[in-house]
Amino acid sequence: MAELEVEIVAADHFVWSGAASKVNARTSDGEIGVLPGHSPVLAVLAAGELSIEPVEGSRFTLQADGGFFSVDKDRVVIVADNAKLDDTVTAGNR
Amino acid sequence: MGAQIRVYRQKISSTSSMRKIFKAMELIATSRIGKARSRVAASAPYANAITRAVSAVSSQSEIDHPLTTEPEQIRRSAVLVMTSDRGLAGSYSASVLKQAEQLVELLREEGKEVKMYLSGRKAQAYFDFRSREYAKVWTGGTDNPEFSVAQEIGKALLEDFSTAYEDGGVDEIHVVFTQFKSMVVQEPTVIRLLPLEVVEEEVTDQAELLPLYEYEPEPEQVLDALLPRYIESRIFAALLQAAASELAARQRAMKSAGDNASELIKKYTRLRNNARQAEITQELTEIVGGADALSAS
Repeated sequence: MAELEVEIVAADHFVWSGAASKVNARTSDGEIGVLPGHSPVLAVLAAGELSIEPVEGSRFTLQADGGFFSVDKDRVVIVADNAKLDDTVTAGNR
Repeated sequence: MGAQIRVYRQKISSTSSMRKIFKAMELIATSRIGKARSRVAASAPYANAITRAVSAVSSQSEIDHPLTTEPEQIRRSAVLVMTSDRGLAGSYSASVLKQAEQLVELLREEGKEVKMYLSGRKAQAYFDFRSREYAKVWTGGTDNPEFSVAQEIGKALLEDFSTAYEDGGVDEIHVVFTQFKSMVVQEPTVIRLLPLEVVEEEVTDQAELLPLYEYEPEPEQVLDALLPRYIESRIFAALLQAAASELAARQRAMKSAGDNASELIKKYTRLRNNARQAEITQELTEIVGGADALSAS
């Protein structure tokens, strides 16, 4: 229960996947932070920034203009329309 | 006699220049198929995630969402047909259109009105030539579809779906496209896009069991946001499959056209040699005959 298994996909391509210790996202109601052991959630994303703290490496953010994400037994699936990695993150350590 | 040789020579040179074109088109199609197939694969994670989420929401919460409930009476159906923009792909567009015609006939027999939506110039030409009506058409880039086109199609279809029958709306939506099964097998397929069919099934495997999600904001809103995306992703997946099938069909058609051209060139070369030989023989006979006649006199 130490880490989250994160998977980020956009409509026509795979964006990122890997282990993370924390995920921050903006939903239509407000900010939500997901730590390991979070209860299952299915939420609609609002346009804005997502930030992910990977287990290895430094925190990175990405822009999404809508989508949804689900949390289920430490597995986080973020489905974003037009997700763009902000900085030059070493994309995808699958 | 000389004229015949010239005709064969012309035929040989025109056939070999056509063969060059066929070969080039075959190579282009071959190189694009790989990319089209990897795009089909790349869209899979998105589609899977959405399908899982949609089934989670619709199986757990007792919501009667208009997109998932079967209307009492289906009076008008929409049919979206996906063909190619360009020809030279064998029977690709023709077989999709044939499948669509069968579907339309079936729907008419059931007493439903049919509203057509087309993708690809070939479908547009087919309907225009027969002066038949269609509601909307999208052309351009059928061999390399963009997600924005899928969004546009999805939006148009959803809008019609949510309009009442009396105002020209539709009660169900079918899609006819070509499924890419392998490099050699592509099948024209019909799927019903809307309303979604909710299938009840018992899950025995614990891992497959969907967790009890909390919803944010409310299940209804989540479903509202999810379903259009689900539709778009289904349409996009169909477009990508159709593109891969189109390229595979084109490659096959061009290959057999090139083979036929080679065959023809071989045949004409034989005929040309024959004609040349006949001409030489005739010339010789004439000379020998002439000499004979001179010495006899």
